[in-house]
Amino acid sequence: MLMPENKNRQFIDFEKPIKDLLDDIEKLKENKDKKEVDPSDYIKQLEERVIEKRRDITQNLTSWQKVQLSRHPDRPYTLKYIQKMCTNFVELHGDRNVKDDKAMVGGFAELDGETVMIIGQQKGINTKMRQLRNFGMANPEGYRKALRLMKLAEKFNKPVITLIDTPGAYPGLEAEERGQGEAIARNIYEMMRLKVPVICVIIGEGASGGALGVGVGDKIFMLENTWYTVISPESCSSILWRSWEMKEKAAEQLQLTSDKMYGFGLVDGIVPEPVGGAHWDYDEAAQNLKKVLVATLQQLKQQDPQQRIENRIEKFGKMGFWEEQPA
Amino acid sequence: MARQEEDFDANLAGEDGQTEETKSGWFKRIKKGILTSTADKKETPEGLWNKCPECNYICTVTELKEHLFTCPKCNHHHRVGSHEYFELLFDEGQCAILFENIRAKDQLNFTDLKNYQKRLEETWKKTDLTDSIRIGAGKVKGYPLVIGCMDFEFIGGSLGSVMGERISRAIDYCLQHKTPLMIICKSGGARMMESAFSLMQLAKVSGKLSQLTDAKIPYISLLTDPAFGGISASFGMLGDLNIAEPGALIGFAGPRVIKETIKKDLPPGFQRSEFLLEHGFLDFIVDRKQMKDKLASVLQLFQH
Repeated sequence: MLMPENKNRQFIDFEKPIKDLLDDIEKLKENKDKKEVDPSDYIKQLEERVIEKRRDITQNLTSWQKVQLSRHPDRPYTLKYIQKMCTNFVELHGDRNVKDDKAMVGGFAELDGETVMIIGQQKGINTKMRQLRNFGMANPEGYRKALRLMKLAEKFNKPVITLIDTPGAYPGLEAEERGQGEAIARNIYEMMRLKVPVICVIIGEGASGGALGVGVGDKIFMLENTWYTVISPESCSSILWRSWEMKEKAAEQLQLTSDKMYGFGLVDGIVPEPVGGAHWDYDEAAQNLKKVLVATLQQLKQQDPQQRIENRIEKFGKMGFWEEQPA
Repeated sequence: MARQEEDFDANLAGEDGQTEETKSGWFKRIKKGILTSTADKKETPEGLWNKCPECNYICTVTELKEHLFTCPKCNHHHRVGSHEYFELLFDEGQCAILFENIRAKDQLNFTDLKNYQKRLEETWKKTDLTDSIRIGAGKVKGYPLVIGCMDFEFIGGSLGSVMGERISRAIDYCLQHKTPLMIICKSGGARMMESAFSLMQLAKVSGKLSQLTDAKIPYISLLTDPAFGGISASFGMLGDLNIAEPGALIGFAGPRVIKETIKKDLPPGFQRSEFLLEHGFLDFIVDRKQMKDKLASVLQLFQH
């Protein structure tokens, strides 16, 4: 398991032990020539311990720590997955009405030799890009762009894949003027009716309507260290506890992690991540996802389009819990 | 103690005594700096009088009721519940209430400041409602209609599994009886205590609406104050007709969240029905007093 070089690697507080080990390795390497004893073996040992540490640390994470991991600044985003999984990606822009929303990207690409439409929220990789991408918070035109691309795929009978990673749909003034609610509602409705196979994957944050706006499909997957629920833990804390301080508790109560969501039957599967999280190995993360996508597409393509739609409606129709008292 | 004194002083200033000049020296504010106008402070006993939150006009509840809970002076539409809407819209106020046997439960054992199950039990006890939506099937000026009407009183009209399931069954009922559907939206958004399950109700209901589309059965969404979050991001905005009561606050994100995000004051009238009409998201705004007539004429147009 090779670690990609990354000089500017960032660490979350609970990843500190890994950072210490990596610093040690760095120091040893720098002083390699000055020492009489060759430290290569020791370096190798340390590198193995790094991988162990990565495993240990992510074994018993709390819900809130998983939320933190899903927001890791080094995590691969939609375009990275497209680049690593697909060939011949042609990015398509604009909603044909207002503008091109940089927080939502998409286009045709080849996945395992087959053309697919691949769409998703995009976060920025540095401060400047994060602003340009609006932190992955799409405006109505982003959702309408996504819908336009999905309709385009439907027209040419190409499957749709969405990669979801958003802290929410953008809560701005212009967003409301242009109908943020309507845009998301329309997407949910139209995705339910798409004649082509649709696969949705939460690759980072799956916050509420902003996620569901590109999140209705035949199969829904979550990457291991991601979350998906009705509200971000912070906002939940501020509304239900009337304080921003209860986010850990809120995350726990919301049961928003992939294992819980799979247990609830709200998602169809969990895609494994590299040891310690997707940010440690982009290639492995992308290959894991690609494997699942290719297999699932094969399976979905065999169904009749009308049947697929009916299954989709039924799948979501079953969700929820209630008691039925004798009438 | 201090607060009591202030209130006492304000009362001394009399009903019109907002400024010192209006009264002679007898009744003047002794303490400076009390900015709350006296009119705002008058408290009325519950159930007898009603003060309009818009124009402060005070009238008896009976008078308000005669005006269908709209202010006789400024036409502000007061929030009312499903009982009032069913009474107002259905012929002779008669309808069959459906699917009341579907009840919420606390499957996730969700506890915030209060346990969800406890919250439910308290609300059941406090209100005569079984959840945040009631489904009524009846006739409007002779035209059959199924109405799903939310009650804000029940945990903020929040959208949970029960609302999703009741609407789904209402849609099945509409499909079976070829009856149009109207949903009267009045909700703060999704029920967080049901976590992701509440979010999935958006997709669940939208899927069912798609069946209504295929059967060519009309669906009307009537948005009333307030209609936020998950409601506007799903069936609230998916009507063949989207209509609203005057002055209703409707939006995806709440005004406070938007204000905090953009760090600017919001323009007057922002997210009101009139604003939405202007921006093209509503077909029309309908006054509560004309609602039944207008609804009947729409149903007539769909039918003939």
